[in-house]
Amino acid sequence: MLKIIFNYLVFPGFLFSAFVGLMTGWLDRKITARIQWRKGPVWYQNFVDILKLFYKETILPTQAKFSFFLSPFLGLCAVVIVGTILGRLLINPLESFLGDLIVVIYLLAIPAIALILGASSCGNPLASVGASREIKLLLGYELPFILSILVVIVKAHSIKLNEIINQQMSFGSYIFSFSGAIAFLVALLCTQAKLGFVPFDVSEAEQEIMAGVLIEYSGLLLAIFKLMRAILFYIMPILLIVLFMGKDLSLGFLILKYLFLVILIILLKNTNPRLRIEQVLKFFWGGLSFLGIIAIILALLGL
Amino acid sequence: MNYELQTMNYELRTMNYLKLKFLTKSIWVFHAACSPCNNCDIEVLDLLTPRYDVERFGMVLVGSVRHADALLVTGIPNYKTAERIKKLYTQAPKPCLVVAVGSCACGRIMFRESYNSPCALDEIIPVDVYIPGCPPKPEAMIAGIVKLINKIKGVR
Repeated sequence: MLKIIFNYLVFPGFLFSAFVGLMTGWLDRKITARIQWRKGPVWYQNFVDILKLFYKETILPTQAKFSFFLSPFLGLCAVVIVGTILGRLLINPLESFLGDLIVVIYLLAIPAIALILGASSCGNPLASVGASREIKLLLGYELPFILSILVVIVKAHSIKLNEIINQQMSFGSYIFSFSGAIAFLVALLCTQAKLGFVPFDVSEAEQEIMAGVLIEYSGLLLAIFKLMRAILFYIMPILLIVLFMGKDLSLGFLILKYLFLVILIILLKNTNPRLRIEQVLKFFWGGLSFLGIIAIILALLGL
Repeated sequence: MNYELQTMNYELRTMNYLKLKFLTKSIWVFHAACSPCNNCDIEVLDLLTPRYDVERFGMVLVGSVRHADALLVTGIPNYKTAERIKKLYTQAPKPCLVVAVGSCACGRIMFRESYNSPCALDEIIPVDVYIPGCPPKPEAMIAGIVKLINKIKGVR
């Protein structure tokens, strides 16, 4: 019992994933700064930001409903559970349970839903514009994301993360097959949208709708949303590694693969302009879903 | 208004050391353009460029006033913007600092007798630091922010 609480709150769970997520966030800011020929912040900058927000005043708008206060915690709980499942899986693969891939897919949709709930209950017009964009974005990227995961399920004949890893350990990573490579590309672009990074950051577009969904949040609640984003930034690359590059998951290789994926995501973020919402939908429902279906057909043919 | 300034200082004085460090190490700035001529705004943007890069000290521009730790006010408050700048200040989560950038925001210079400028900025909201200049150099703005941080820390 004590071990379960420890798992959820400290080691693979909340504290550890928040630490790694915030460090990854610093890496993002630093690399962005270096690309723009700036110096960038110090390594503890993101921790200072979060702790400062804890000390600031938290303003509740008069029109705000109860869900305004509750939704940040909902999002945080969801990502912490995903972090714990993936962390335990990497430490001891035998702890996987039947259908944990499905659980992870469901839980990964909750952060976006928390943002939508919070934004639409605060009564700010810009926030509701952001919320409607977030809904469209969610509808857009969920389809190709699930298609790319279906490729993995077809190849592994299993919805258990443990068996997916075992299969890759004996037959090689899925990314090195044709269908796996296409599915990886699709999943990477969906990750970009799930994290709310630049080609797809329509819901938070700072130049047009200020902070979009986060516009009315301040103090503690904003800090919890920032933590949620940070933990999501840590678990999405880990999930991609488990699904597509599960050949060698020893600590050194895991960190190398993690850094490779994170830097890839940051470079994608820094070299692309923002798309408009209808371009995003066309991109996800048109091009990427088509690629995903091709990948499934190739996987069914055994390529 | 002077009274509010004193309560503000009192609030900062009672904070412990760690809290003060967090607040001064990560200042999120909301740029409130209060009918300026845009020269000051261009100089403010210079602070984000590679030459001056204030993100080294944790300062970033934020889009929403709810996230702000400091209001960066440029220009003279006229009849329209005076009430709006007051509203913005009340909307910001406290503790919130106010920085007046440029001679207009500091003392209205040549607009003092103007028909549409009712009062100076510091008669509407409490200003913590004045950075004069038309427009002030980016170095002057950084010096002003450093003085502000020292003032907050020195109050203890």
